[in-house]
Amino acid sequence: MSALSWPLRARAWAWRDRLPSLGTTLSLLVVGFVVIAAIAPALLTDRSPTAIDLTSTLLPPSWQHPFGTDDAGRDLLTRVIYGSRLSLGIGIGATALAFLIATVLGFAAALSGGAVDAVITRVIEVAFAFPALLLGLLVITIRGPSLATEIIAVGIGSAPGYARMVRGQVLAVRQAGFMEAAAALGHRRLPIWRRHLFPNAMRPLVAVVTLGIGQSIVWASGLSFLGLGVPPPSPEWGALLDAGRLHITTSWWLEILPGLVIVLVALSVTALGRTLQNRLGGASR
Amino acid sequence: MTTLDYREDLRGQRDRDPGAALLRVENLRVSFAGVEVVKGVSFTARAGGCLAIVGESGSGKSVTARTLVGLTGAGSRVSADRIELAGTDLLNTSERAWRGVRGSRIGFVLQDALVSLDPLRRVGHEVAEPLRLHGWGTRAGRSAKAVELLDSVGVPEPEVKAQQRPYELSGGLRQRALIASAIALAPPLLIADEPTTALDVTVQAQVLDLLAASKERGTSIILISHDLSVVARMADEVAVMRDGEIVEHGPVERVLRDPRHEYTRRLLDAIPSEHTRGTNLTRPAARTRRPAETDQPVLQGRNLAKVFRGPDKADRRVVDDVSFELYGGETLGVVGESGSGKTTLARLALAILPATEGEVLLDGEPWSALSPARRRPLRRRIGVVYQDPLSSFDPRWTVGRVLADALATGDRPPSSKAEARERSIRLLEQVGLGERHLGAAPLRLSGGQRQRVAIARALAPQPAILVCDEPASALDVSVQAQVLDLLTDLQDELGVSYLFISHDLGVIHHMSDRILVMKDGRVVEHGTAADVFERPQHPYTRRLLTAVPRLGSA
Repeated sequence: MSALSWPLRARAWAWRDRLPSLGTTLSLLVVGFVVIAAIAPALLTDRSPTAIDLTSTLLPPSWQHPFGTDDAGRDLLTRVIYGSRLSLGIGIGATALAFLIATVLGFAAALSGGAVDAVITRVIEVAFAFPALLLGLLVITIRGPSLATEIIAVGIGSAPGYARMVRGQVLAVRQAGFMEAAAALGHRRLPIWRRHLFPNAMRPLVAVVTLGIGQSIVWASGLSFLGLGVPPPSPEWGALLDAGRLHITTSWWLEILPGLVIVLVALSVTALGRTLQNRLGGASR
Repeated sequence: MTTLDYREDLRGQRDRDPGAALLRVENLRVSFAGVEVVKGVSFTARAGGCLAIVGESGSGKSVTARTLVGLTGAGSRVSADRIELAGTDLLNTSERAWRGVRGSRIGFVLQDALVSLDPLRRVGHEVAEPLRLHGWGTRAGRSAKAVELLDSVGVPEPEVKAQQRPYELSGGLRQRALIASAIALAPPLLIADEPTTALDVTVQAQVLDLLAASKERGTSIILISHDLSVVARMADEVAVMRDGEIVEHGPVERVLRDPRHEYTRRLLDAIPSEHTRGTNLTRPAARTRRPAETDQPVLQGRNLAKVFRGPDKADRRVVDDVSFELYGGETLGVVGESGSGKTTLARLALAILPATEGEVLLDGEPWSALSPARRRPLRRRIGVVYQDPLSSFDPRWTVGRVLADALATGDRPPSSKAEARERSIRLLEQVGLGERHLGAAPLRLSGGQRQRVAIARALAPQPAILVCDEPASALDVSVQAQVLDLLTDLQDELGVSYLFISHDLGVIHHMSDRILVMKDGRVVEHGTAADVFERPQHPYTRRLLTAVPRLGSA
């Protein structure tokens, strides 16, 4: 056996033989369920999330209403299902926005170097040191609460952390032997950046994106709970928590069950991100 | 020349009694995931003796060494008829009991001291670690002992060095610190896995002296190495491993002088040295050198200097007033220890790094002085082969894509995909590979194959010059021999000139027509290969030459 085929073969076995663990399987199930709920909520429930039934307000969980009903007699499970499109959308949208900002800032800083790098890096660090919630509040104060505001607020709040990662990746890949080899072949700088630098710097961040979605869902729920996100009649998960707050002493299910859903979804997305990260062997900074 | 002939090294050892058997291993088998990598190996290590296990990577020698300290790792299966250290059975030892054995009864020296030492801990702590683990003395006593140990392995200013962290020390000092840690508790058995492979020759000699001194004091040493000249110097007995089996075993003198197994003979023949010049290492055919074609150097460096500013704001002249000429079809060897500025010189020659002073001319025309845009179309004239081919390939690209990309930079870029493919295949055939490698990812190739692909890529734009920066240094000796032969054949065939950089004097002697010897950024000696090796003028060259452990009769 040749020396160099060794670790590779070991790795090939690992891919084939290592079936997803129980945790990964459960996480996949949860995420799959939420994605279906987001795309086609009507498949999972035949109730309407806005159907008011004043004869059955604040009913505790039962076979009829697994999550109970709220103060307007709406079925809570149905509202949670319909809310997943909003919550997942905010999570994905905010993460996408954060990565867009981070990619631009990170590449600009790493590639310009010198004074420009110093300025961008300082800005990133200041923003990073600033509590993300305060950054978010700033955006909300300027724009007023709405779905778009919430995406922008969470996106801007989480961008600085990713920007530092992107910058580090670019700096590392810039030192790689294949960058110099391409220059030695006589390639121009921009094609080298496009063909080698960008894909190699961004590849390890795929897993980080997944992790970011889970985090964004939690942050967005937090903002909504504080009444700073999507306004209450909407079934967004954080907004459900906000609406249930008034009845917390009498109707525990209004807080506990949507809260558990948020935790479960965020955990599952994060667990999948970790699995992805391990499998890709990507950066974990 | 032959002052360090192995016969002299052996002289003192012949009349010494073989010591008492300390470690007995019988029929050792190790497998990973059902694949057996050590297949029934038996040997004995004696007190005051040195057993060398040699072989190329993948031969199972390192796995064998790790098994002896119980570090084979998860997923391994170890079986043996007997593994016995001074009467104690090591075969059925629990992990807990192993911890009592490691460090106190068996010391383990690993190849790469920078990786093996915790970067965040002071060297003194690291050296004292085995003392602490085995409950030796008080805290203060241990620090004093650590300094004493560092002193005993020849670390200058041991009090200062004990306070520093591993990355602040040179490679040689780190390796000594690691040895100090391994011998802290004076274990009767020391296992050294390639202890000098990463070191320069002069440092290598010092580390070997240190191991020899410890052997003199009665320590039994098991030396794992691929380097037969190191083995010749240290070992009493040699076991040659191949594919998990010991193919030849005997006293070092007999095995190296009169190898009985064909594989041992091949290993010995593959070592480049002054004896192999002008021949092929893998085939007995003599080569015909083509004479220099023109009087005009294809590449010329004039008073080159490169200054880097260190973190302390002090300027360091990494390359200082270096001039060279490279003529058509010849090989100019650049030799020196690490830190001598060889690689910086290569990057200056490639004009990838701007020179602080001086200039480089290509075909007698300005090269380093051109603007990057004017230089780019000329890049096809000069290619480069790096020491680590893997990192020079984009990990996402296949061999085919790498070659097609390189072909496109030549002055006759392929006009269609089919032509690119056809020419890539021709390039691969030129370097001894074939069409089947087109779709492979470089990661999946062996070290030798990767370097062949790197050479094919460098040749794709049909350059007149190749800058080879340690092109074979990371390879096993038989693979190294193949790669060096390939370079020689390509030179005969295509008339390419090589600027050939290596720290290995044997390789430099084998490859070069003329030689530059570099030290601290300066050229201390230059001349034809014969002049430099047979009549070295500069004391540094002489020291370099005497420090090389030699086989003598290759």
